[in-house]
Amino acid sequence: MAEHIISRKTYTYVFLALLVLTGITTAVAFVDLGALNVVVALAIAVVKMLLVALVFMHVLYSRRLTQITVAGGLMWLAILLVLTMTDFVTRGWLGVPGT
Amino acid sequence: MITATVEQKHYLNAEYGLKSWLLTTDHKRIGLLYLGTITFFFLLGGIFATLIRLELLTPPGDLTNSETYNKFFTLHGVIMVFFFLIPSIPATLGNFLIPMMVGARDLAFPKLNLLSWYLLLAGGLLSMWAMFAGGVDTGWTFYTPYSTTYSNTYVIATALGAFIAGFSSILTGLNFIVTIHRMRAPGLTWFRLPLFVWSHYAAALIMVLGTPVLAVTLVLVALERAFRIGIFDPALGGDPVLFQHLFWFYSHPAVYIMVLPGMGVISELVSTFSRRRVFGYGFVAFSSVAIAVYGFLVWGHHMFVSSQSVYASLVFSFLSFFVAIPSAIKVFNWTATLYKGSISYETPMLYAFGFIGLFTMGGLTGLFVATLGVDVHVHDTYFVVAHFHYIMVGGTLMAYLGGLHFWWPKMTGRMYPEGWAKLSALVIFLGFNLTFFPQFLLGYLGMPRRYHAYPDEFQVLHVLSTAGASVLAVGYLIPLVYLVWSLRYGKRATANPFGATGLEWKTSSPPPTYNFDVTPAVTHEAYDYRALAEEETEGVRVG
Amino acid sequence: MDTHALESPALRHHFDTAEQQKDASTLGMWIFLVTEIMFFGGLFAGYTVYRQLYPNVFAAASNELDILLGGVNTAVLIFSSFTMVLAVWSAQTGSRKGLMVNLVLTMLLGLVFLVIKGFEWHHKWVMHEIPGASFHWEGPNPGQAQLFFSLYFAMTGLHALHMVVGIGILSLLLYMAWRGRFSRDYYTPVDTAGLYWHFVDIIWIFLFPLLYLIGRHHHG
Repeated sequence: MAEHIISRKTYTYVFLALLVLTGITTAVAFVDLGALNVVVALAIAVVKMLLVALVFMHVLYSRRLTQITVAGGLMWLAILLVLTMTDFVTRGWLGVPGT
Repeated sequence: MITATVEQKHYLNAEYGLKSWLLTTDHKRIGLLYLGTITFFFLLGGIFATLIRLELLTPPGDLTNSETYNKFFTLHGVIMVFFFLIPSIPATLGNFLIPMMVGARDLAFPKLNLLSWYLLLAGGLLSMWAMFAGGVDTGWTFYTPYSTTYSNTYVIATALGAFIAGFSSILTGLNFIVTIHRMRAPGLTWFRLPLFVWSHYAAALIMVLGTPVLAVTLVLVALERAFRIGIFDPALGGDPVLFQHLFWFYSHPAVYIMVLPGMGVISELVSTFSRRRVFGYGFVAFSSVAIAVYGFLVWGHHMFVSSQSVYASLVFSFLSFFVAIPSAIKVFNWTATLYKGSISYETPMLYAFGFIGLFTMGGLTGLFVATLGVDVHVHDTYFVVAHFHYIMVGGTLMAYLGGLHFWWPKMTGRMYPEGWAKLSALVIFLGFNLTFFPQFLLGYLGMPRRYHAYPDEFQVLHVLSTAGASVLAVGYLIPLVYLVWSLRYGKRATANPFGATGLEWKTSSPPPTYNFDVTPAVTHEAYDYRALAEEETEGVRVG
Repeated sequence: MDTHALESPALRHHFDTAEQQKDASTLGMWIFLVTEIMFFGGLFAGYTVYRQLYPNVFAAASNELDILLGGVNTAVLIFSSFTMVLAVWSAQTGSRKGLMVNLVLTMLLGLVFLVIKGFEWHHKWVMHEIPGASFHWEGPNPGQAQLFFSLYFAMTGLHALHMVVGIGILSLLLYMAWRGRFSRDYYTPVDTAGLYWHFVDIIWIFLFPLLYLIGRHHHG
């Protein structure tokens, strides 16, 4: 597979975007959005992750297998978090004394 | 022989000396290093099993006190799980065979492969040090808060040993995945791969995705124990059940790390000794991957009687039943392969039959314990002990021994003695059932696991079990003797003594250092016995 | 074997082509990174559970962290990712000097990160906010606050450990680059080390909001 070389200009834009997003996420943290604070913080973090992964780590231009590997890793992290939380989120529902 | 026959060069006689083994990067030699290592740990774990069974011969705790007994079953579990079962088939047979089965000269990362063996060795030695220093009594599960706060045995050293062995497993899995993706010979498409390779690919996925979670969990236990920082400590508001979640996220799928490679062995054996292509090849292949994936969705069924939410338990119980589907697909397809096959009863096939029967029993009793209501009754009883020994010993160990006999001629260039081998297979099968079937009954009657004393009415069944364990021990010692004997006195093996398909049989026994003189090209499906017969009549030999 | 020997001196015996070798290395590194996701995943799971159980104490404890130092460190790490990607770019375009300069810059920025992190940890030490016997917490539920700091130290500690390993790898690369081992045709180690470095950056991208920012809107 011929190597795809991304231009330095693209890298610079991504770098600047990451800095701006860091600023935004810090600023937004001081505004009370209720439950949305977490959502916004994580959404910005995911965007930053995607920028780093897709451009800096060349996932956008990689083989399908690499892309599947990355997606698989994230999916397994989601399995760990979601199934663990099925326990902790639903524990109070039955009203067992002491919990 | 007086005539000076020039012995053929192969991987065993290419180099001599300790250094040529300890610094080797040849996957075949590393496979043999693993073989020696895990045989040692198997015997060590077996000694603790013997001590457990001896103590349970009589109702009162008269051989040891309860503290010592706790150490016995903990060390039995830790050694057998982390240092025997997990590396057993993948690290020995898988290491030896996968590069050959895909027609490659070695695994993708040979140095990493050697590092994996050293890591297993280091982890094993550290755990053994802990054993001699005073042992450990938490059970192989290291449950908190006992492991972090109350136990005053060598928890950190043992957990660190398991942690290091975990990295051995991770690197092996990584090596297998990359090799299977990137090193296949020309023409060897995914659906021409032997099912052994498919099942190892699936097991490797679990090694890579699951083991790191166990690793970090053990780190947290060690930190909490050493510095009293408290992640799982209820006194601070921490939750010991979180530990169980993280532990079983790995340790349930780890059961499939143990049994999936065994299933791969059985596919090869059943096909070879019935001279038929494995029935429903695609289903069997995909069922391996399905087991690996489903295996990650069911861990909560180990925690039905912890304080896990009932709603989570319902979900985990429901999902657990799905694992039965791909497992049953395999058993049915092996049986269908036998149908109208020309079956021969060589030793490896006897082990395969043993596997199919015992795995089926282990699997079906798995459905009992996956059922939420039944599990509350049998949880932490000998029913569970019997269930998982039917899978791990009746399944994995039978497959391991079957595979070891099957590929022994390839690995060593010598045949094992068929008569003795058949005898020991029979002894092992009988001894196994006598050991573990009574434990189903014991558990159902209410005998809890991990106790060194019990009421008198359980004694008959315990005596039967101990008697079975004695038979089983003899059964394991016979192969140890005759396999070592065969290294020197066994009949010389031909390239393909069992008339099997697969690239590993197309090179000499033992194979040359780089496996094949010419990279083989594959032009037909796996298990194509007609093509094999044609090649033989035409005298075509690859490699 | 003849054509094999002609391919490239960096080609190992068991690969057929340089492309196969590069693909294998890249895939190997990605799978390693997946194991790293799961390794940190255990900690993220613990964090999620306890934050969901004790949101208020976690917010209060989070406010004890220095947002300025955390923010600056985030920028430093992003900057180091940028210089790392420029190092890979230099290798791709065959610029040995560019490669070396950017490797040095990346390592320096990594060190700056670690030094700042060290100051933060030291401050926690002074404030008795290190979990353990000497832990001291004025607010309600000191146990739960200690859980936050346990996770904070476990997560940032493991992250810092990965940075140290990363700097070690980069210094090895610097030596190899200085010896002229890399060329336009062979720079796989730079490429895979870059993947590792960026991954460590991504972990921090999540740690920063999860550890430093969760309580800011409560207390201003």
